[in-house]
Amino acid sequence: MPLKIVNPIAIVGIKTVNILSIIKNVSILINEIFYWTLISPFKTGKLRLKSTFSEMVKIGYNSVPIVVVISFFVGMILALQSAYQLKKVGALIYVANLVGVSLTRELGPIITAILIAGRSGSSFAAEIGSMKSAEEIDALRSMGINPVSFLVSPKMMAMLIMAPCLTIIADFIGIFGGFVLSITAVGIHPHSYIQQTINALMVKDVITGLVKSIAFGAIITVVGAYHGFQVTGGAEEVGMRTTASVVSSIFMVIVFDLFFTVLFYYFT
Amino acid sequence: MDEKIVVKNLVTRYGNKTILKDISFSVQQGRITAIVGGSGCGKSTLLKHIIGLLKPASGEIWINGKDITKLSEMQLNDFRKSIGVLFQGAALLNSMTIEDNVALPIREHTHLNEATIKIMVKMKLDLVGLSGFGDFYPSQLSGGMKKRAGIARAMALDPEMLFFDEPQAGLDPITSAGLDALILKLRDIFKMTIIVVTHELHSLFTIADTIVMLDKGELIFEGTVEQFKNAQDDRVKRFITRTPEDENYCPEDYFNILTAD
Repeated sequence: MPLKIVNPIAIVGIKTVNILSIIKNVSILINEIFYWTLISPFKTGKLRLKSTFSEMVKIGYNSVPIVVVISFFVGMILALQSAYQLKKVGALIYVANLVGVSLTRELGPIITAILIAGRSGSSFAAEIGSMKSAEEIDALRSMGINPVSFLVSPKMMAMLIMAPCLTIIADFIGIFGGFVLSITAVGIHPHSYIQQTINALMVKDVITGLVKSIAFGAIITVVGAYHGFQVTGGAEEVGMRTTASVVSSIFMVIVFDLFFTVLFYYFT
Repeated sequence: MDEKIVVKNLVTRYGNKTILKDISFSVQQGRITAIVGGSGCGKSTLLKHIIGLLKPASGEIWINGKDITKLSEMQLNDFRKSIGVLFQGAALLNSMTIEDNVALPIREHTHLNEATIKIMVKMKLDLVGLSGFGDFYPSQLSGGMKKRAGIARAMALDPEMLFFDEPQAGLDPITSAGLDALILKLRDIFKMTIIVVTHELHSLFTIADTIVMLDKGELIFEGTVEQFKNAQDDRVKRFITRTPEDENYCPEDYFNILTAD
C-alpha cells in the first residue's frame, strides 16, 4: 500500500473525532449498564438472579485460589522488603504497620483488580465479542431482549459484590503472609506483630480500599463489555479486543487508583 | 390483499458508500416474499432495517401502521415481540441448551410458569421436527438442525411475521428441501407473513409468492414468481440463467492493477 501524506492538522482532527466517538460510545454504554443494573430492577421488579449467581461464581469463587496465592506472596515480599530497610533504623516492629496499611489501602484492591481484569475482564470481552461475531447479539435484539440487560447487568452486579469480597480475602491473606514471614525469617514475636497490626489499622483504611475495589470492578466490567460490543469482524478481532480490554482495564484501574488515593489522602 | 409491510424510499449508507438506494416495495399479509440478489447487493442489510436492527439514512418502513424507523429502542423491543427472525448461522446462544434457547423469549417477555413454558417449548420443537433434542447444546447439532432450532425459537411467541436470512446457506439439497417444506407449512398453517432473503434459485421458486430483487443496492424487480421468470431485465435474466457478469476491465487494465505500486 503506498504511503499517503496526510496533513498534520487533519491527523489531529481525525484523532480528536475518534476519541470523541469512543467517549460517546463508552458514555452510552455506562448509562445503559447502570440503568439495567441499578434502576431497572426497581422499576420492573425483575432481577436476573440465576445469571448473577453464576457470574458471581465465575468472577469471585473461581478467583479465590489465585487471589490467595498471589496476595500471600505479596504480603511476604512486602514484609521482607520493609524489614530490609527498617532494621537499619531498629524499627523492625513497624513491618506490621507497613504491611497492614499498604495492603488494605493500596495493594489488596489493586492486586485483586489486576487479577480480575486478567481473568474476568478478558472473558467478558471474548464472550460478548464472539457472540457479536456469531450474530447472537443481533438475535437477542431481534427477540426484543436488550443485550446489555441480558449479558452485562448480571456481570456488573456480580462484580460489584465480588470485587470487594475478593479484596477482603486479599487483605487478610496478604497480612497473614507478612505475619508468617515476620515471625519466621525476621524474628518478630507473633503477639507483638498482631497487636501492632491491630493498632496500626483503622477502619477507614479498610473502607477506602473497599471503595476503590468496587470502582475497579465497575471499570473492568465497562471496559470488557465495551471492547466486546466493538467487535465487528471474526475471531482475529475477538482476540485483539480481548487483549485490548485487559490492557485498557489495567490502565484505567491505575489511573483511577491515583485519583482515589489523592482523594482519600486529602479528604479522610 | 392487505399490505403488511411497506418500505418507502429507503436509503442507507456506511460512511460515504450508499448501500441501499431509494428502495420501495410492499409485502402482502400471509404470503412469502423473497428478497433476492447477488452477494453484497444489500439483501441482509435491508432485512436488518425491516426488523429494526439498523436505522436508515432516510426513508420509511411501515409495519402494522407504524413507521418503525421512528420508534425508540423500547418501542422497537415491543414491536420485535411480534416478529421472529432466523439468522444465517441460526445464532443460537451457545451457552444454553436448545430447550433454554427456545424458552428464552417466553421467559423474558411473559410471566408464565415453568411447567407451561416447558410444554410450549416441546410443542415448538415438535413443530420443527426436533423433539427429543431439547437437552442438546447447539454445538452438538448439525447445520440443518440448528436452523430448525432457530425457527423454533423464532416461533416461540407465535409471531405474526417471520424473517429468514439465507436459511439454505451451507445446507445439503435434502436438508434444504426439508427447510423449504417447513417454511411453506408455517405459511399455510399459521397464515404467517414471511420474508426470506435468499439466492438459492430452486428454493426461491419452491417457496416464494412474490419476489423482490436487488442489484448493487437498487431495487430492480418486484412481482410474482411468474413475472420474475418472464422478466425482460438483463440482470434478472442473468440471475435466473446463472450467467456470470462480464469482466469489468480489459487485459491491459488488469496488467496495470497487478504491476501497480
